[in-house]
Amino acid sequence: MAHDHDHQVVPSDPALRVKALESLLVEKGLVDPAALDVLVDTFENKVGPRHGARVVARAWADPEYKKRLLEDAPMAIAELGYTSGQGEHMVVLENTPEVHNLVVCTLCSCYPWPVLGLPPVWYKSAAYRSRAVIDPRGVLREFGTSVGDDVEVRVWDSTAELRYIVLPERPVGTENLTEEDLAAMVTRNAMVGVSKL
Amino acid sequence: MNGIHDMGGMQGMGPVPHETDEPVFHAEWEGRVFAINAALRAMCMWNLDTWRYQIESLAPVDYLRLTYYERWLRINEELVAKHGLLAGAAKAVPALTAAAAAQRLGRGVPSSDDPAVKPVFAVGEHVRARNINPIGHTRLPRYARGKVGVIARDHGVYAFPDTNAHLEGEHRQHVYSVRFAARELWGEQASEKDSVYIDMWDDYLERA
Repeated sequence: MAHDHDHQVVPSDPALRVKALESLLVEKGLVDPAALDVLVDTFENKVGPRHGARVVARAWADPEYKKRLLEDAPMAIAELGYTSGQGEHMVVLENTPEVHNLVVCTLCSCYPWPVLGLPPVWYKSAAYRSRAVIDPRGVLREFGTSVGDDVEVRVWDSTAELRYIVLPERPVGTENLTEEDLAAMVTRNAMVGVSKL
Repeated sequence: MNGIHDMGGMQGMGPVPHETDEPVFHAEWEGRVFAINAALRAMCMWNLDTWRYQIESLAPVDYLRLTYYERWLRINEELVAKHGLLAGAAKAVPALTAAAAAQRLGRGVPSSDDPAVKPVFAVGEHVRARNINPIGHTRLPRYARGKVGVIARDHGVYAFPDTNAHLEGEHRQHVYSVRFAARELWGEQASEKDSVYIDMWDDYLERA
């Protein structure tokens, strides 16, 4: 990292630029560093796909909950205590033997933060955003996911303020597992629809 | 704007990158810029559509070259400059506090339930996505324009991004999931089983 910044007015290193921006905003009283700490901690440690996994496990274990979840996802998800920005209008899409759902945001990076946290790099990549709509089966194969020719693939492009989460099919042979054990099986990628369980 | 951000259906972007055990932030500064962005947004000096248009207005070569959070850094620098926040012209808006940061995560898009705003289209109706090419912000992706689909679901009422981004009013209207057959969008190379659901505002649609 031995850059020579002597000739530059603005440092090019993002880490330095962020430090500069933060200290200027703090100096002006526009930003409170303690608030920044809370925001980083929330998304690094508190919100994430474990929330979504608990929602999925509850839906598998409790048919009444699943019904509520499919009808009014924000309400049903709030029952488990998860609410936050980027999730006011969540919609749950149920995978079945006949239908496989896949979620993308071709225009930016819309993602259901309260249940999945912040999106991974691949979800935000040009490759995923460009290809998910035109070649969903090719993308699924790249993730090692096989979907039969007889199965309908539905791609959901998050172009408005709806945020989509996939309810994966419950794996066979899991009838005797507890809800906690079920939740441990659920992956982020399955809730975006690029993987099956 | 027919910008580089409107990527649906583009080819040549390579395989989807994979990373195992991916951290939420890849460097401390990424978390910091994420938080600065959220704290500034909480002051409501610009809305989410304005914010998105700022990203879309990056030069295409920069958009592709910069990483995700480098784009966030760039546009926050731009928005701070544009609003004169460091020039002494700053509005007297109180900074987001730590307590408010913990609570405000529930804040966001207003309720989609508004009986005063009537839907123009009904579930099951055939619609065509209008062929519009605005120079400003739009959430109607290029790959859908001129294509015929079916209204699958009415999601209620939302601000219209094309005007809201430019502070020309919210023009709240219904948003629907519109189902397009993959073959309507991409021709014979797509599976006849498949479809793409795109969320669209009333003003993006006409009867087909």
